[in-house]
Amino acid sequence: MPTVSVKRDLLFEALGQKYTDEEFDELCFEFGLELDEITSEKEILSREQGDEKAEGASDVVLYKIDVPANRYDLLCLEGLVRGLQVFKEKLEAPRYKRVSPADGGEPQRLVITEETASVRPHAVAAVLRNITFTQERYESFIELQEKLHQNICRKRTLVAIGTHDLDTISGPFTYTAKPPGDIRFKPLNQSKEYTAAELISHYKTDSHLRHYLHIIENEPLYPIIYDNNGIVLSMPPVINGDHSKISLKTKNIFIECTATDQTKELAYRTETLSGDFINKRVGINESAESIAQLLTRMCLRSEVSGEGDLIQVEIPPTRADVIHACDIMEDAAIAYGFNNIIRSTPRTYTVANQLPLNKLTELLRQDLTAAGFTEALTFALCSQEDIADKLRKNIVETRAVHISNPKTAEFQVVRTCLLPGLLKTLAANRKMPLPLKLFEISDVVLKDETKDVGARNNRRLCAVYYNKSPGFEVIHGLLDRVMQLLDVKPGRNQGYHIQAAEDSTFFPGRCAEIFSCGKSIGHLGVLHPDVISRSELTMPCSAIDMDIEPFL
Amino acid sequence: GAAGATGFGSMADTGLLESLLRLLEKVDGGTDSQDVAADLGVDHQVIVGAVKSLQALGEVISTEQKSSKHWELTGEGREIAEQGSHEARVFNAIPDEGLPQNGLMKMPSGKVGFSKAMSNKWIRLDKAHEGGPRVFKTVETIEDTVRDKLQLVQKGQSAKLEDKEKTELKKRKLLSEVTVKSYWITKGSSFSTTITKQETELTPEMIASGSWKEKKFKPYNFEAMGVAPDCGHLHPLMKVRTQFRQIFLEMGFTEMPTNNFIESSFWNFDSLFLQINPQQHPARDQHDTFFISDPALAHEFPQDYLERVKQVHSEGGYGSQGYKYDWKIEEAQKNLLRTHTTAVSARMLYKLAQQEKFTPVKYFSIDRVFRNETLDATHLAEFHQIEGVVADYGLTLGNLMGVLHQFFTKLGITKLRFKPAYNPYTEPSMEVFSYHEGLKKWVEVGNSGVFRPEMLLPMGLPEGVSVIAWGLSLERPTMIKYGINNIRELVGHKVNLQMVYDSPICRLDS
Repeated sequence: MPTVSVKRDLLFEALGQKYTDEEFDELCFEFGLELDEITSEKEILSREQGDEKAEGASDVVLYKIDVPANRYDLLCLEGLVRGLQVFKEKLEAPRYKRVSPADGGEPQRLVITEETASVRPHAVAAVLRNITFTQERYESFIELQEKLHQNICRKRTLVAIGTHDLDTISGPFTYTAKPPGDIRFKPLNQSKEYTAAELISHYKTDSHLRHYLHIIENEPLYPIIYDNNGIVLSMPPVINGDHSKISLKTKNIFIECTATDQTKELAYRTETLSGDFINKRVGINESAESIAQLLTRMCLRSEVSGEGDLIQVEIPPTRADVIHACDIMEDAAIAYGFNNIIRSTPRTYTVANQLPLNKLTELLRQDLTAAGFTEALTFALCSQEDIADKLRKNIVETRAVHISNPKTAEFQVVRTCLLPGLLKTLAANRKMPLPLKLFEISDVVLKDETKDVGARNNRRLCAVYYNKSPGFEVIHGLLDRVMQLLDVKPGRNQGYHIQAAEDSTFFPGRCAEIFSCGKSIGHLGVLHPDVISRSELTMPCSAIDMDIEPFL
Repeated sequence: GAAGATGFGSMADTGLLESLLRLLEKVDGGTDSQDVAADLGVDHQVIVGAVKSLQALGEVISTEQKSSKHWELTGEGREIAEQGSHEARVFNAIPDEGLPQNGLMKMPSGKVGFSKAMSNKWIRLDKAHEGGPRVFKTVETIEDTVRDKLQLVQKGQSAKLEDKEKTELKKRKLLSEVTVKSYWITKGSSFSTTITKQETELTPEMIASGSWKEKKFKPYNFEAMGVAPDCGHLHPLMKVRTQFRQIFLEMGFTEMPTNNFIESSFWNFDSLFLQINPQQHPARDQHDTFFISDPALAHEFPQDYLERVKQVHSEGGYGSQGYKYDWKIEEAQKNLLRTHTTAVSARMLYKLAQQEKFTPVKYFSIDRVFRNETLDATHLAEFHQIEGVVADYGLTLGNLMGVLHQFFTKLGITKLRFKPAYNPYTEPSMEVFSYHEGLKKWVEVGNSGVFRPEMLLPMGLPEGVSVIAWGLSLERPTMIKYGINNIRELVGHKVNLQMVYDSPICRLDS
């Protein structure tokens, strides 16, 4: 969610009204904004770099306001004021339209050459005429451009915006692409010319620009915009030229946007929907006229069409997020006030059912604690080492699901058994009085080609007994108790039994496989001394690990 | 424990206890343990022991601790009280014909006694006597006042001495002032002059013989802690999960099968009408998602449905403009760790839409979800999401708020308000805030909304059906409930088991 930082006093001046912090917070809340923080430059500097650095910084009160991710039209002071004033019916929503130059001249042109197709194929341009910057407006203009870059432009990957002082350049303009060696210009705020290749290495250490280099760095051709005299306007999406930079004195601005995709058209469109639709979806009972008024307050200029309760709603090009009648319905509900809607219970009659697997899990958990074992809650993600080396297993045999983009080794795989988590819990609690008796009933994940995604969860029960003596009999006793709870009798065929087995995680001769109704469901035994020491433990430990899904 | 805390080992002998009790019987208003010691002619410490033994018997006596200052003879003082002062002993050792000085000086009291007796003018020294210096008596009889004074103190009559005299004797290290801790003893509510031996515990033999009727039992110390029972403990987060399950079941919600951590992008994103091109949508930031390298791709989808999803994304339809981009199956196939349980809700709603006739449903789930984001004190790579979904004809935003009100009331939260929000797959979307009495402000407690038609209609759900849903994390209310500030102290292997052992039961509404 983008955050916009505005000077409080300027905001109130523009709104034509002063508010207390609480009142303004309330207004934001109703409109779907959040007054996130009340601060100042001095306070921010002092917090981030200490009081000394903050000395002399401005203590003008700043409001940091969270704006929902779909409302790009609110990302600056001017946008916020416009939205709020229309919401409060103090202002009519502006209607944007393209105008020709006042002097009757030809509109500017931007020519796109074929070479751009391979790197950044789309571009649009516009001219803002007769503007007057003040220091605040200038800063807000730059700040808005940056907010758009960071959010809807996806850190300039999707779209890059360049703004230029039109009076320093002359059209028509050309958007083309060239080998980096063939591009040479003086970039913004630099004193000499660089080739594009030099610029890339120059900006490698720039704390801001280095984040955008990757977008074109390895392309054979770099995007570049020239004016009619061969002056470089910009090398999108990295840097503008110094020649055309805007200043407080700029009167006419040339805006170019280059992009990887172009789907939206900057046009108004009209949707027609019924008042009844909105009333029924929101749960209110308003006339079509009053709904049209609600929508108008949300910058969606609306009027009743005269046919029944139909309302015609004009969607401005600034609201690209409105793509369905439900989006219009939401704006009507916001303007009505969510908290003014009468809350009512739906009459939907249903009978509840538990998921059988979770029901079994809940019941078993209760009885395992009654048997003296304490419940652990461990992570589903872990390192390859946790499920393989530490348990003396080969990673290939684990059937583990592997993560392609882990930030650290802790998130390399999804666990294939619960034992590593319990062993780590023991290691973190070595100072607790012995014996330690832990269990967990939870899901592991195994590759399974029969499933649509090629993997499935498996609900398992794992328990450990950690003490000065291995306590195989304790873990064996727990198995007997669990089977008793599941109403499975000891026995070879219809019952359960254990049988000596070899498993590299366990101490040789101290491991058995568990069979229920003839089917192998898990293992129990004394852990291998290497498993103990690789888990940073010092005492003998016995463990049981079994599948509980056969008992559904 | 209460039963074991009172020792019976230092029991004073019964005879002494009974003597003390008889003495106490005779006095009105009680007596001081020091007087008892004097009366019975035993050391005060012995009486203190007897008092403690009697206290252990219950209400036989009642006592009050006192402390008093008290003059006592030193070792030398006691010797003088018995044998006379050094000067008196020197005087008495001298016969009428005198004694050679060097012989006198060899006596135990010689040196001190000689100079004192000289200054009292009881004796004289004849230095010029033939055969060496010789000591003679100068008076017939003497009065040994030092001994008399000390004997008064010994008899407990130090009050008869003047302060100056006591100070003088203290200076001579014959007297010392001590603080004595004593008891003021009075009859207790069950006073008796006979002592019955107290039993520690009831035994099977006593029950069989009925002898318990005659016996007295040592009182328990109810101030002590009991012995901790030998038992296992449920994890606090799981206790809270149980309560949330219970709440949903009470409200008639059926549990969804969320036991599938691995999901395809299709179900996790596309089916919810989230854009597939990770560059084009802020809600679908690739960086927040754990993708799977093995098995990398899902290979099975409901084909008709997939086509409808593709169409609504790329071209629109169902009253929607769509996102107008080139939707690619290759992106939808990518496996990932589900970022929300809403992926399961989508599967369930699709399944519901395949029924011959639509029936209303209420679903819930509480299970793990995964986010590849920056970790801090309140964020882990995996957490539990609680989700509720209702699908029926004609559900309104007012209905969603009504259900949320009922749900949160069961959590003990009644003051709710709703803030407009943006969530790419619900429209409208509302953040749920509750008033926190402790923090004196509104805090976000959940997120909610109405699923978009672009999600529901391609599934095949009837036009008039609305689906309302809400979600919250399990960890956050648990941390608030149990007063935990760092999520790592609640979830994962680093938790302190003592915290698990000590955590109380969970009742969310109290």
